[in-house]
Amino acid sequence: MNLWICNILESIFLIGLAPLGGMALKKMKARLQNRRGPGFFQSYRDIAKLFSKEPILPNQASWIFRLAPYVIFIVTALAVLIVPVVLIPLPLSAAADVITLVGLLSIARFFTALGAMDTGTAFGGMGSSREMTLSALAEPAMLMGVFVLSMAAQSTDLSTMVAVMLKGNLGLQPSLVFALAAMLIVATAETGRIPVDNPATHLELTMVHEAMILEYSGRYLALIEWANQIKLLLFATLIINLFFPWGIAIEVSGASLLVGVMAWILKLLTLFGLLALMETTMAKMRIFRVPEVLGLAFLLAILGMLTHYILEVSV
Amino acid sequence: MISGIMGLLAAPIAITLPIGLPGLPGLPELPIHLRLDALAGFFLVVVGLLVAFVAIYSVGYIKSLQVGRSLTPLCVFMSLFILGMQGVVLADDSYAFMICWELMSVASYFLVVYEHEKEANHKAGFLYLLMAHLGGLLILSSFSILFVNGHSFEFAAMRTAVLTPFSASMVFLLAGLGFGMKAGLMPLHVWLPEAHPVAPSNASALMSGIMIKVAIYGFLRVVFDLVGLETSAWWWGGLVLAIGSSSVVGGVLFALQQHDLKRLLAYHSVENIGIIAIGIGLSMVFMHFGHPSLAALGLVAALYHTLNHALFKGLLFMGAGAVLHATHSSNMGDMGGLIRRMPITAALFLIGCLSISALPPFNGFVSEWLTFQAALMAPSLEGTPLSALIPFSAAMLALAGALTATCFIKVFGIVFQGTPRKPAAAEAHEVDRWMLMGMGGPALLCILLGLLPVYVIPLIAMVPKILIQNGQLESLVQNGWLWLTPISSERASYSPPIVMMAFILAGIIAFLMYRRGKPVRRAALWSCGHPHLNARMQYTATSFSQPLRHIFSDIYHPEEKNTRSDHGHHLLVKRVRYSVHIRDLVWDYLYIPIWHLMEWVVNGVGWLHKQRLQGYLTYIFVTLLVLMGFLI
Repeated sequence: MNLWICNILESIFLIGLAPLGGMALKKMKARLQNRRGPGFFQSYRDIAKLFSKEPILPNQASWIFRLAPYVIFIVTALAVLIVPVVLIPLPLSAAADVITLVGLLSIARFFTALGAMDTGTAFGGMGSSREMTLSALAEPAMLMGVFVLSMAAQSTDLSTMVAVMLKGNLGLQPSLVFALAAMLIVATAETGRIPVDNPATHLELTMVHEAMILEYSGRYLALIEWANQIKLLLFATLIINLFFPWGIAIEVSGASLLVGVMAWILKLLTLFGLLALMETTMAKMRIFRVPEVLGLAFLLAILGMLTHYILEVSV
Repeated sequence: MISGIMGLLAAPIAITLPIGLPGLPGLPELPIHLRLDALAGFFLVVVGLLVAFVAIYSVGYIKSLQVGRSLTPLCVFMSLFILGMQGVVLADDSYAFMICWELMSVASYFLVVYEHEKEANHKAGFLYLLMAHLGGLLILSSFSILFVNGHSFEFAAMRTAVLTPFSASMVFLLAGLGFGMKAGLMPLHVWLPEAHPVAPSNASALMSGIMIKVAIYGFLRVVFDLVGLETSAWWWGGLVLAIGSSSVVGGVLFALQQHDLKRLLAYHSVENIGIIAIGIGLSMVFMHFGHPSLAALGLVAALYHTLNHALFKGLLFMGAGAVLHATHSSNMGDMGGLIRRMPITAALFLIGCLSISALPPFNGFVSEWLTFQAALMAPSLEGTPLSALIPFSAAMLALAGALTATCFIKVFGIVFQGTPRKPAAAEAHEVDRWMLMGMGGPALLCILLGLLPVYVIPLIAMVPKILIQNGQLESLVQNGWLWLTPISSERASYSPPIVMMAFILAGIIAFLMYRRGKPVRRAALWSCGHPHLNARMQYTATSFSQPLRHIFSDIYHPEEKNTRSDHGHHLLVKRVRYSVHIRDLVWDYLYIPIWHLMEWVVNGVGWLHKQRLQGYLTYIFVTLLVLMGFLI
């Protein structure tokens, strides 16, 4: 029972912290660019403002347009429930393994794209066409990347995978390096960061994700934005805990949980720092260069799997 | 409708799953044997379920067909077609099997050419007939090898016959080619995207939903049951895996570029048959290397996907028929905005889209998840050459899954969302109650099979029990109704009801906010200041798939044509036309070379025909001499 409460509290912790996390990243980026950036709690104020506003719907919008934001938010929240953040033994983690996690993120994307197609604007069509094309390459790369880990851990259950990685008897295997490289590329694409997509722009020719949510307003927009911030934190957590799980709590006790939280925040800030550095130093890629990079991620992940088979299983 | 009665008749038989019937007496010299075991029973359920729903659908659909053409051929051949499929599944000797098989093929040919005024239908029908007979011939050859060894047409005798490895491999290859042709596996699929779209929609639902599954049944019957996997060579499973992987990716890539709704769905049948083939291939590989319980898992995944695909593909084809009926076109470029005119069809079609895209908690996800779980067990093969192929298959499966979602965003977005592109779409109206009921059944089952696989899998697991020795699968459902655990609960588990709860929660909150939340305001779409937005400014099926066409241009070889006319200056554009044509890859690289080869052989043989009597007499003389040489 204790574990169940911890599981839910942990998810609420991550969901609640998501806007702050996104803002921390923005702040770091601003600092690197010699700007001051918005206040730390600006995201919360934005979300509160959007919730209190009257939503405006396009005339053509059908029920899918109105349902989509709720599905996106709740499915993302469910994905958070199954991912270990600061504590490994999660009872809900058994409800959906890592393949289902990819499936859940896929549902969120499916409904975002449907919402975009709903009004029949060229922007919506463009955004969902691009998003689905990119994700059609990113999703298999992600699946293959996590498969390398689940082969090594002999499980697709996220709690078990993290626990096996924490024991560390896998050593520094070459397949894991391939998988990590693939996952990093996929995470940038899936969360729509530079160099794949620029979250800060509404420039018509380059936008992908923003083009899809252009018609949303009010509480609908708030939910989608919030879900997006959760997704960013979720991917970061996934990479942190699968590849660098040091410090994560393995039992429910005040001390180990505190260590877990501290370690998570520290690793998260490091990862965000690197991301901010990358976003500052790189330019956005042309849209048709992105598939090459994602194809690279896919190949890296397959290579990781083959390496695992050939070098690591038979030994 | 006779088909309806037959479908309903089939359903109650089908429930008594694992019972064997004694053989029935038939003709005096060649008795017809029928037998119902778990494998036949499972496929009978698949056939019966979809036939029942299509029969309900047909009541409304037939009314909506334009009068002026006799409905008799449609009804007669439909019934014969269904009879043929059920006969194939129940047959217990190769004689009855082949008769029913041909009945199925020929009856479906008449369904394909039902609208016989159109030239294209004749072409498609001929291609279909050609491939069906070629396939039938190959299957017949494989049975003849089995006959020679078993000295009887009966399956019971074939089963006990001992085959040499060479003849076993020949049976496998011939049966694989023959059944693969009917199933539509990748290089043999060319008839499928031609024939399925031109048949009436209820017939194409049956052809795509179950006829190609009957071929899967035939393959399982011959290779798993009659030949038996004990005599299998190591490369059998590998070959099935490779073909399955190529079908999966090839099918979805070509589906993405179609703008004809039914043709697109037909290409997706190629993809889904590929998924089934991957499951079967995994099962064969695991069996050969001595892992019967993993082999059983692969087979259960394949069979579960068979059932799922029958349901959602039947649903989607019926939905396509409803759209076709409402808009009088199967070109997606003529549709749009149908969700407002046909809300129930749209909702049911969306369930089909979610299921085929393998999204949790719908049924397509469960079978793909099981296939992935089986594939992830590949390390237990321990360094056989095939173990490198399995992750590759898994990668192809993952790629195809994501591309399928892309494809069905396109289908749903272009057909049902946005604004109507043609007046016919703007005036479309909802289809009648029968058609909605026919679609509602499979839609409901798609949800239930996704939600409660734990109740269905023990029934399906009867099949590996009889086909695979020691193929037990207790672990799958041992943890109660909520949890699906293929190998052990530490290894992997999935609980669809918990995922479903998220969906229900989203629905409830959305509904509450709709009722209680801050009222919304409707406004015109933002148009960047442009005064009039019109339907032609929307994304089309062609533009939606343009990025993928660009990325995979090495596979598609698109023939693009851009023509523009202007008012005397190249900047004063009057009209720009863009057209793109994509041919199926296998035509250029497989069939046309074969055609050239045939032509070359025929020309060579033609040289022998001198049209002179002396020449022919010489041939006869030489032949006689050679034959006499044999006598001595």
